Amino acid sequence: MTDTILDERKDQIHRTGEGALDMACNRESLAGAVSQRACVFCGSRVVLYPIADALHLVHGPIGCAVYTWDIRGALSSGPELHRSSFSTDLQEMDVIFGGEKKLEAALDELIDRHSPKAAFVYSTCIVGIIGDDLEAVCRKMTEKKGIPVLPVQSEGFKGSKREGYLAACKAMFKLVGTEDTSDISPLSVNILGDFNLAGEIWIIREYFRKMGVEVVANITGDGRVKDIGRSHGAALNLVQCSGATLDLAKMIEEEYGKPYMRVSYLGIEDMADSLYQVADFFKDVDPDIVKRTEELVRDELSKLMPELAVMRKDLEGKKVAMYVGGSFKAFSLLKAFRHLGMKVVMVGSQTGTPEDYAELERISDPGTILVDDANPLELSAFIKEKDVDIFVGGVKERPIAFKLGVGFCDHNHERKEALEGFVGMLNFAREIHSSAMSPVWQFAPRRAKRRKEKS
Amino acid sequence: MSSKNYTSTTNACKLCTPLGASLAFRGVEGAIPFLHGSQGCATYMRRYIISHYREPVDIASSALGEKHAIYGGAANLKKGILNVMKKYEPELVGVATTCLTETIGDNVPMYLKEFHDEFGDLELPEIVEVSTPSYNGTHTDGWHGAVRSLVEQLCTEKAEYDGSVNILPNMVSCEDVRHLRDICDRFGLKSTILPDISDTLDGPALEDYVKIPSGGTPIESIKKMSGAAATIEFGRCLPGATGGTSLQKAFNVPNHRIGLPIGLRETDNFFDKLEAISGIDTPVSYERERGRLIDAYVDGHKYVFGKRAVVYGEEDLVTGLCSFLAEIGVDVILAGTGAKNRGLGKAIKDVTKGVARNEPEIHEGVDFHDIAERAGELQPDLLIGHSKGYKYAKAWNIPLIRIGFPVHDRFGGQRILHLGYKGALSLFDQIVNAVLEKKQADSQIGYGYM
Repeated sequence: MTDTILDERKDQIHRTGEGALDMACNRESLAGAVSQRACVFCGSRVVLYPIADALHLVHGPIGCAVYTWDIRGALSSGPELHRSSFSTDLQEMDVIFGGEKKLEAALDELIDRHSPKAAFVYSTCIVGIIGDDLEAVCRKMTEKKGIPVLPVQSEGFKGSKREGYLAACKAMFKLVGTEDTSDISPLSVNILGDFNLAGEIWIIREYFRKMGVEVVANITGDGRVKDIGRSHGAALNLVQCSGATLDLAKMIEEEYGKPYMRVSYLGIEDMADSLYQVADFFKDVDPDIVKRTEELVRDELSKLMPELAVMRKDLEGKKVAMYVGGSFKAFSLLKAFRHLGMKVVMVGSQTGTPEDYAELERISDPGTILVDDANPLELSAFIKEKDVDIFVGGVKERPIAFKLGVGFCDHNHERKEALEGFVGMLNFAREIHSSAMSPVWQFAPRRAKRRKEKS
Repeated sequence: MSSKNYTSTTNACKLCTPLGASLAFRGVEGAIPFLHGSQGCATYMRRYIISHYREPVDIASSALGEKHAIYGGAANLKKGILNVMKKYEPELVGVATTCLTETIGDNVPMYLKEFHDEFGDLELPEIVEVSTPSYNGTHTDGWHGAVRSLVEQLCTEKAEYDGSVNILPNMVSCEDVRHLRDICDRFGLKSTILPDISDTLDGPALEDYVKIPSGGTPIESIKKMSGAAATIEFGRCLPGATGGTSLQKAFNVPNHRIGLPIGLRETDNFFDKLEAISGIDTPVSYERERGRLIDAYVDGHKYVFGKRAVVYGEEDLVTGLCSFLAEIGVDVILAGTGAKNRGLGKAIKDVTKGVARNEPEIHEGVDFHDIAERAGELQPDLLIGHSKGYKYAKAWNIPLIRIGFPVHDRFGGQRILHLGYKGALSLFDQIVNAVLEKKQADSQIGYGYM
């Protein structure tokens, strides 16, 4: 096992209960380590992608645009401009002479063709190198076309996904404050950090509707430019996801004095807690909201719990490893797995902070492996060492689990199953159950051998 | 015929060069692809490739950050290779550049020479490099470039003549490569297929996670390609210089450039070459396969005759499909590709001459917006190409026959057989059934017999 982990990465791995936690994180990926991480551009793209009535133009060679074409499960209730892939497809001559003219012409024709409410222009590695003045082109096109044309400074090499989140928030913040807010209810929120994967935001909005809370803007799932423009009118910002839109909430707080709260819609406790926190926030304005929220949670749980109990019988004692993008999700998943009687033995994240890992250490069982910015060889070594039954990750992690004969649950931004809310918990449990209980694992060589040894 | 000249690209019908190079490197035994650029490129391409092959795809990266973009990527490239050596113990590292490192002017051959000088005391793997600026060409250029680099950088001496055949199969499926190997085996021909992704991108379930999957073209075999009786390279739209032409130029290995053996006549062409090289007749089992194919053509001809198809994707695949579709009486009305300037129009004319009733419109350097704009007017009955055409097939309510790469909205893309008589038969079955299914679905009555 020691040969699996490069010396330079040893301080990015920790076993809970074994010495003090001093986790190195938030550093550049190590060359040659085959990191599972993407880049700054990816960070910006994932955050802004679901804004459905905006044009998303990737300024760069074709790859960056094509690998992010309709990749996510972010649904829209109306326009679907986000599901197409637009690029300037820079060619050699553009690289030599600069791509500004091409960018301008591309914006000209795409805005005319699609009449979007705004346009985001993403910078890529090469644009950062050739030095195209994105700001200037966007300013010019804003004037010419009469819609906001917003540069997203997301050159891939300028850090990790996190810097991309910030670039996305900066671009969105330019929209905030541009629309009228006079008709917004005092009981109102913005939903930040939810991308409406498989319609999840619709589940959450329904809860708020029942609580009597108005949702002003979805940021960014099923997102609309106009809603973001009036989002400063909402009384409270709810931020989910490990910080993808946290910067935007902070900017709104600073500029418009609107507070934010971190929430999670995954799992039973965190979902309920989040709703209770919102009720608590508004109880001075509307004292009945607490009761309405309790009723809502009770209703949902009375439907959910009996179904979970059935599946729990099968799942009790099974072991789980997870590798997620942001670690905030890991907190919720850890608790969700406890409801299923399962034991989390490894938690990893691409972009965790020291505070995140401290929290993970606090809530994990002793002996849990914590890992920052892992790679396939490390992940496979941990899966084997802990002999896990289920692995939670994204598309890149799926074949690692399957090769080792381990069940898998896709829990990243590409998933096509709704896993949020109380109904999402049920979907989640069903998915875990159907993967863990499939008969195929008895044929997978590693597990087949284990069975033979045991018998 | 070319489309309207748009500046912007909408829903591209191509991928970038380093992706093609990474795929080709994956087909060499003990090899790990290594992208010299920022981390995102490797991760995005891994994700993309995994969705088609459903296999672990480890691609290393020099993971350049801002300071490297300014001061150059030499240090990270070297450190990255050392780390990959430690963890993966590869026999070969295939280094492909990206737009970032091409533009900052990193001199990779020089860095690699320095690397050999600095670390010559270690047991070094083979290191093959290819220049793949992503603002130049498509993923097929990356693929062909990597194949050529492998040949030129590994096969540097004249090997003893061994009567074998080199096959450079182009971007075909894992199943296609397995089929090609079987064919050569049954001809009694020793073959070197480069690259050979049949196991490395479609491997078995195993007891352990292997660092580098087994299979792939052995490096020793690549070094001995200069001793082969001949090379057969598939593709009527290849670059001027390829692995095949290099072997011919440097070592006088005759190079036969033929189209992808898709459909009856292009497969006949391939078997003729094998007969000539091996000196033996086509084995009876293939004669029977050929007979079954013609029998199927006859049985199914009425269902497909006169159907109008739009075909898109890599040029050589499109050419092969046009040849096959012409044989079965399907009219290709539009052939599109994201690449350009490799003579797609002429290639299609050549392979359909005397068989096709019409000449398709040829659209080079296009995206799906261009294809859709024109194809919408042409009202096709069938869309034939990779998964990216799904949106349009859905909009036009016509069947999409999924072919080539990527197929990521269906299962088993890596096991689609396109080549040989057997491949043609399975494509034919698929197309006939798609037509029948559509007819059945559209019918008020829902016929139980067709």
